[in-house]
Amino acid sequence: MIAAGIAIQRPADAKLLVVDSQGRITNARRSSFPNLLRFGDVVVANDAATLPASLFGVHDPSGRPIEVRLAGSESVCPDAVKEFSAVVFGEGDYRTPTELRPSPPGLRPGDTLQLGPLKATVLRLIGHPRLVAIRFEDPPPRIWEGLARHGRPIQYSHIPMPLALWDTWTPLAGPPVAFEPPSAGFALDWRTIDAIRRRGVHVATITHAAGISSTGDEELDARLPFDEPYRIPASTAKSIRMAWAVGGRVIAVGTTVVRALEHSAFVHGSVRASTGIAVNKIGLGTSLRVVDAVLSGTHEPGTSHYNLLAAFVDEQILCKMDDVLQHDGYRTHEFGDSVFIEKTRVKCHLSGGNRSDFQLWMMDACGTDSNRRVAEIRDTLHSNRLVERLGYSCGRGL
Amino acid sequence: MRREHTTEALETHQAKALTIWKGMRVAVTGGTSGLGLALVRKLLDRGARVAFVARTRDAVERLTRENPEARGITGDVSKKDDIYSIAIQILGALGGLDVLVNNASALGPVPLVPLADTNCEDFEIALQTNVLGPFRLTKALLGALAASAREGARPLVLNISSDAAISAYPNWGAYGASKAALHHLSLIWNEELALQGIRVISLDPGDMDTRLHAAAVPDSDRSELKHPEDAAQELIAKIADLVSARQTNYVEAVPEVGQ
Repeated sequence: MIAAGIAIQRPADAKLLVVDSQGRITNARRSSFPNLLRFGDVVVANDAATLPASLFGVHDPSGRPIEVRLAGSESVCPDAVKEFSAVVFGEGDYRTPTELRPSPPGLRPGDTLQLGPLKATVLRLIGHPRLVAIRFEDPPPRIWEGLARHGRPIQYSHIPMPLALWDTWTPLAGPPVAFEPPSAGFALDWRTIDAIRRRGVHVATITHAAGISSTGDEELDARLPFDEPYRIPASTAKSIRMAWAVGGRVIAVGTTVVRALEHSAFVHGSVRASTGIAVNKIGLGTSLRVVDAVLSGTHEPGTSHYNLLAAFVDEQILCKMDDVLQHDGYRTHEFGDSVFIEKTRVKCHLSGGNRSDFQLWMMDACGTDSNRRVAEIRDTLHSNRLVERLGYSCGRGL
Repeated sequence: MRREHTTEALETHQAKALTIWKGMRVAVTGGTSGLGLALVRKLLDRGARVAFVARTRDAVERLTRENPEARGITGDVSKKDDIYSIAIQILGALGGLDVLVNNASALGPVPLVPLADTNCEDFEIALQTNVLGPFRLTKALLGALAASAREGARPLVLNISSDAAISAYPNWGAYGASKAALHHLSLIWNEELALQGIRVISLDPGDMDTRLHAAAVPDSDRSELKHPEDAAQELIAKIADLVSARQTNYVEAVPEVGQ
C-alpha cells in the first residue's frame, strides 16, 4: 500500500474496505460508514487526545542530542504525568525513518535528561537499551506546560511536513493521554456522529492511552503493543448492555477499543465501568467476547494492528483483504483509508430482551425527542421486518 | 404563611445554586482581571475546579499563588498556535471539562474610533480575540464537553457578549461587530450541538468597572458602572440552572485480576 503522506484527517475520497460477517469483501466510500450500522448497534470510540509525546533534548552525562518518545504510562488519570516509559533515539528527527535512526548514548539509571524546559531522570531500563522508565522532576502544572510548549506529536518519515497537535486530535478527543493518535477516530466528525445517532445507534467512548505504533527496532516492535491503561465510563458500559439487550452489535472504532473492551470482559466477565491496564494481545485464536466489528485503518502484515484483525476473520480472508487493499490503491498509516471488518458470524443463542429495554435504548439514543423517533423507527422496523430482531440477543452476559 | 413558603423555596434554590458547582470542571479565559477574575474567585468559592487562562505570566502566577487550588495557564486565545497548548493544559489540569467561559475580549482600536478610521489590523485583533479565539478553543474542547454530556452532566459554553453586539454604538465598530459575530456563533452552535447535549449561550454582563471599559470610555463615571463581582454573581446565578455536574465521578480503580 501507499503511505498517506498528507495530514488530512478526512480526505473527501477516503475509502473503506468492508468485510461482512460472511467474509464477503466490498469497496465503499468511508463517508458511507453510518450506512453499515443498524438500529440498536453501539459505536465505541477512543476519546483520548494525543500528547505532544516527542521531546527533543540532551542526555546530560554525554552531552549528546536525543529524542525521547513517551510511550506508556500507568494510568489515564491526568495527574499521572510524572512517570512514563519512553523510547529514546539518538540525534536526528522524524525525517529519518525510525529503523535508520542512530541509537541513543548509553542510558543508565539516574541519568538526567534536559528536554527543553523539562528535566527528567532515567529510573531504569526496561529490558532494552532504548526503552526506559523516566520521571519528570517538575510539579504537574509545569510538566503539562512543558509538554504543551516543547513537545511535538510523534511523527514518522512518511509525512514530510511537521505535524501540529491539531492534526493529531480526533474530533472526539478529550483526556490527553494517548502517545499516538487513536487514528481510526479521525473518520468520526460531528456530522457523521449525528448521522450515526439518527439511525438509533449509540455513540459511546472509552479512554485508552494508545501507545506508539513503531520503534524502529525489531526486538522492541515485537513487544508492541505495550501495556496500555484505559478507562471505561459507566455510560459506555450501559450503552453496551443496552445494545446487547436489543440484539445490536458492538462496533469498535480502532484497535485500542477492541483491546480495552476485551480486556475488561476478560477480567470482569463482562464489560464494566472500570479502569484497568490492557496487557492482552489480541490476534489469531483470541475469542472476542464483546466486539462484533471494527473500524480501523489499513494495516500492513506483520504489525500488531494487523495481527489483531486475525481475531475477526480467518487467514484466508485476511489474505484476500490484502490483495484488494494492494490492488485497489488503498492508502495506509494514520491518515490513510479504512477497513470495516465484521467478526465472521458464529451461532447465536437466543435469550431474553424486552420492549422496555427497547424503549430505554431509544430514550438514550435519541434524547428528549425520543417519542417521535421511537414511533418513526418502529414504523421503519416493522416495514423492514427487522422488529423480529428485538427481544433477542447473542447469549452474552449482561 | 405564603411568604414563609416562598422564602423557604428561595433558600432551597440558593442552597442548590451553591452546591451545584462543587466539583464542576470550569475553564475561564481572561481570568486574571475584571469579570474573568471575579468569576474565577466566585467559582472557586463554590467548590468548582477551575483552570484560568491569561496572557501575562506574572498575573497568572500571582493569581495561582493566591489560589493554589486553581490551575493558571499562560496563553493568548487570539493566537492560533496557542489554542492547543491551552486546551491540553486545561484538560491536563481538570481531566475533562463541564463549563467553558470564553471571557477574554479585545476592544480593537484604543482609543475607540469610527469604523472609517479603524485600521484593519486593529479590527483583526478584535476578531481574533472575540470570535476566532473562542471558536478555536471551543472546537478543541468539544470532545471533552461531549464526553461530559455522555457521562450525565449538562455541559455549557458561556460566551461573554455585550449590548454592543445588538445595538449600533458609534465608535464601537470593531468590538460591536466581533461581539455580534460571537453572539450569532453561539446561537448556531447551540442549535447544532443540541443532539450532543452541549449548550452554547452568550450573555451580556452589562457595563462594568473594568480595565477594558476604562480603555474604551476613559472619562466615564465609575460609580455608575457595575462592579465585576456583582456581574459575576449574576452570571453564575443565570447559568446555575443550565449546568449540572457529572453523575459519575472518576471510576475507582478496580483491582486487576491477573492475566
